[in-house]
This record gives sequence, structure tokens and C-alpha cells, in this order.
Amino acid sequence: MKNPLRDEASAFRVVVLTLGGAVLVALGAWINTWLGVVVFLVLVGVALFAIRGGMRQRPTQAHVVHDDGPARKILVVANETVAGGELHELLGRKAKGVSEDVLVVCPALNSKLNTWTSDEDGARAAAQGRLDSSLTRLREAGIAARGEIGDGDPLQALEDALRVFPADEVVVSTHPPGRSNWLEQGVVEQARLRFDVPVTHVVVESLSDST
Amino acid sequence: MSAHAEAAGHEHHGPPMANRSSRLDPATLGMFLFIASEAMLFGAFFTAYFFVRVVNPDAPATWPPPPYHFPIFVAGVNTAILVTSSFTIHWATQAIKRNDRNGMRAGLVVTILLGSAFLLTQMVEYAHVGFNTGDGAFASVFFGLTGLHGAHVFVGLSLLTIAAVRAFKGHFSAEHHHGLEIPSIYWHFVDVMWIVVYFAVYIL
Repeated sequence: MKNPLRDEASAFRVVVLTLGGAVLVALGAWINTWLGVVVFLVLVGVALFAIRGGMRQRPTQAHVVHDDGPARKILVVANETVAGGELHELLGRKAKGVSEDVLVVCPALNSKLNTWTSDEDGARAAAQGRLDSSLTRLREAGIAARGEIGDGDPLQALEDALRVFPADEVVVSTHPPGRSNWLEQGVVEQARLRFDVPVTHVVVESLSDST
Repeated sequence: MSAHAEAAGHEHHGPPMANRSSRLDPATLGMFLFIASEAMLFGAFFTAYFFVRVVNPDAPATWPPPPYHFPIFVAGVNTAILVTSSFTIHWATQAIKRNDRNGMRAGLVVTILLGSAFLLTQMVEYAHVGFNTGDGAFASVFFGLTGLHGAHVFVGLSLLTIAAVRAFKGHFSAEHHHGLEIPSIYWHFVDVMWIVVYFAVYIL
């Protein structure tokens, strides 16, 4: 969902669009009262559709901090698959022979109702539990990893993390196609368009060997 | 130390730490929520207005009921003044984003002058409109809606005056201009509400 009052420029756009809409409604009502009502309803529908995100959320290039430090910085975004064997294998391979710094971000997935009512505690606690077990396994494998809970939107969680963690690479872990909500939303493709860092996608087939 | 042990070490009592996302900073979120509550307040007044004008079985056939008239032209000029002030405050915020402090100051001063002109014109309109709140429900809702909006213009002008004082003291820069941007968002909201009030009350 797009906030139409995110900044002054967006609010100014709302003023101009409202003025145009009001003129259209007045013209419609001048011809026929019911035409004015129809124009008003159509405009309200278009506005709600635009606020909802339009046909497809357009990815915007986000600022990414870069760092030329010696350690290879890997940012991992994973939720239910955070403890997946394939993810840990991949991280093990990438960390082999180099000094690595891994940040695992686990988005606190929540229902829309709970998000709107600020009831995040349960989602954050569940994400924290998964993150803790994953970090323990990574550290046991000798990978220097730390973790944090991120925004419920995986792309937003990535953007938040990239503002403070200058990653050389991003790893997005998901369920296989057909089972993955993130793949259905095009999270990996949008992350590749939005951030100017290499994005690797890892599919976790089964969590049975990792939990 | 295991992750669980670390978590236990950092355990604290009381509510959990607030989750801050870069999606929206707290100050802008605060203004957004305030505007949402203001929109609901205006919604209540519009409900009363449309009830009196449409739903009420004793609603007058023509609006406003004869022999009264609304000063459509004067209110139209006032609308133009307020819409122009949105352009000038946009100019001010765009100017400070380019680090053009003189442009910001000029934009702010012009916006305050336009806002004051709007309020002054509204007062003159009230003095010459030819009816008062006791002349019927239509008059009550007219003064209620336009008066509520006028009060919001006054609040917006107060915020912009504070921003202007700070602007002349050199408080804002290209990187830090929240004190200007947030009142500007409020000013745009006030402008949007006037466009709705003008078209609903005077034109339709």
C-alpha cells in the first residue's frame, strides 16, 4: 500500500489530483446529477486502486551503503526457511576461505489485521525463535553470523538492513515455487531491480533435516 | 555464547522495543495519523451537511433556500488563492531540498500572505453573506463546515509562521527540513479539504 502523504511532494500531487477530480465531478453534475455521482464513484475507485499499489508495485532504486572492508558481507533474508539445510550449505560455501560477516534478517510476517492493530508481538516472537535456532546452527558451522528481526514486508526489511549493513551480496531464501508466497509476489525479481547488489535466490525444499 | 543465552542476557521487562522501519519516519507518521483523524472530523461535518441537504425530508428544493445566495465568485477567488498557496509551499520545500534558502523563505512568506488573504476574505464573506447561524439548518451547516475549515487554515498558518521564523534563523538545510516539510503536508491537507468544501457547498 502506498501512503499518499509520505512526503510533501506526494501531498502536493494529492492537491493537484483532487482539484482535477473536483472539476470533473462538477462538470458531470452540471450535465446530470447522476453522472456527477458516477464520476465521483469512479474517481474514488481509481484513487483506492492507486493507493493499493496499482497493477503492480513499481520497484524503485533504493540507496545501498557500500563498504570496502576486508570481510565479505552477506545479507540473508529468510523467514520460515531460515533454518533450511540448503540455505546453511550455501552460506557455508560462500564463507569458505574468506573472512565473512553474515547478517540474517527474519521478517516478522504478520496478518494485515494484526499489522493494522500494531499487534506484532506474536509475529516477532515467532520470527525470533526461528532466527535463534538458525544462528545457533550457523555458528556451530563456524560462520560468523548475527541476526535481527525485520519489517513484515521482505523488500522493506532488505532495504532497512541495507541502510546500515553494506552487503556485498544478498541471499533470499524461499520455499519452492508453488509453495512460496514470496515467489508469487515476485520478491526476488523486485529485489534484483531495486538494489544494486547481487541477489542470490536459494530454494529450501524441506525443513525436516534442519529443525 | 548461544543465541538463546544472548537473548536471555538482553531480556528486559516492560513492553517490547518499538520496531522502527525506514518506510516512514515517526514525525511524518504522526502527522499522517493526525490528518487521518482530521479527515474523520471533516467527515462528520460533511455527514451533517449532506443530511440537511439530501436526506432530510424537509430539505429545500434549491440550495441555498431562497432568498439566500452563496457568494460563489468570491469563494472561487478564495479557492484560487488557497490552491496557489499549495504551489508556493511546494516551491519552498523544493527550494530547501536544493539548498536554496532564499527560495524557501520567499515561498514561505508568499504562502503565509496567501493564507492570511484567504482568512481575511472569508471574514469579509461572512460579514456580507446575508444570513446567520440562526437562519436555518442550511446556514448552520454552511458556517459549521466553512468555519471548521477556517480554523484549520489558522492552525496551518500558525505552523507555517513557526517554520518561517526557523527558516529566517537558518535552521533548515537540504538534509534537515522536517520542520518545514511536515507543516507543508498539513497545509496541502487543508487545501484539499477546501477544494472538497468549495465544490460540495458552493458549486454542487
